[in-house]
Amino acid sequence: MEKHVVVIYPHPDDESFGAAGTIAKFREEGVPVTYLCGTLGEMGRNMGSPIFANRETLPEIRKKELIDACEVLDMNLEMLGYRDKTIEFEDRNQIALDLKSYLDKIKPSLVITHYPDYAVHPDHNALGAAAIEAVRLMNPEDRPTVWAQAISNDYEEVLGKPEIENDITAIFDKKIDAIFAHASQAQGVLGQRRDEASVNIDLKEIAKQNMGIERFYIWKF
Amino acid sequence: MKPIELEKVQKIIDGFKNKEVYVHLETTNGAYASHINKKAYNVGAYIRNAKVSFNQAKIVGDGKSYRVGLKMEMGWIYAEGLTDWTIHEDSKLLMAGHDREGRLMVSLQISETPFSY
Ligand SMILES: [Zn+2]
Repeated sequence: MEKHVVVIYPHPDDESFGAAGTIAKFREEGVPVTYLCGTLGEMGRNMGSPIFANRETLPEIRKKELIDACEVLDMNLEMLGYRDKTIEFEDRNQIALDLKSYLDKIKPSLVITHYPDYAVHPDHNALGAAAIEAVRLMNPEDRPTVWAQAISNDYEEVLGKPEIENDITAIFDKKIDAIFAHASQAQGVLGQRRDEASVNIDLKEIAKQNMGIERFYIWKF
Repeated sequence: MKPIELEKVQKIIDGFKNKEVYVHLETTNGAYASHINKKAYNVGAYIRNAKVSFNQAKIVGDGKSYRVGLKMEMGWIYAEGLTDWTIHEDSKLLMAGHDREGRLMVSLQISETPFSY
């Protein structure tokens, strides 16, 4: 059993779309989970549907959604205070040291983050790389296991099959609740997939079809 | 935000003329454009809290979508595709263009005080 799990992603909603089922499973086992959320998604373009946010109100709205989602998933939250879309331009080593200070305190047995270069959004790639660097900077015997999540369309071709495949359909409602806590984002993100499928099916069905399994690679140092 | 009302917005941008103002100008099609559609390109640009001064300002449009041009001493600020507007914190003018799913595609914001950073 894990001792403590730390999730490191840059945006409010990455945790819900990417790992809510996995997080919920750990919580059911009684494992503490802490989310280190990099930004408030200040530059997101989803403003709700119908629109209820704007560029200036979005950060506070997403902050509240993030807090709600963490409540749904019953996990601790730390907001790191970086700015959306700028993480790759910051000093990676400095971010790694910042993350390491949390890891030194929490002493997790498992860290979940994005797989650098295969996570599509530049913030995902940059924070994932910094998270892995943070763990690498630790003494080998103190290092937690790292699960890295890839998103790109080609990741399986290049990286092979992910070692961890969590079937989360049994607790899918929890994931849906977490996703819909992000009211400004859920419709737009799921709607995008509907555009692609060009069929008119329920958003929850789309979520279930696309997100019933959460996959991670075990990072090799 | 609400659909742009040309006369009201014109009056407000006129009020910013010949003052030092902060501008937020942005366009984006999202970080996932080419992930979701292989034929699409990711493009986006923004500048936040650019301190500028303009002496001419005009909003033009067909009742649905609008363009705004701000003439500075040595150049222009331009935005196309603006559909909605609001006043934020009593004094900041926010204009934006959204697609049918409510996603922001373009925004132009003007304020006498800086936008939060
Ligand atoms: Zn993200």
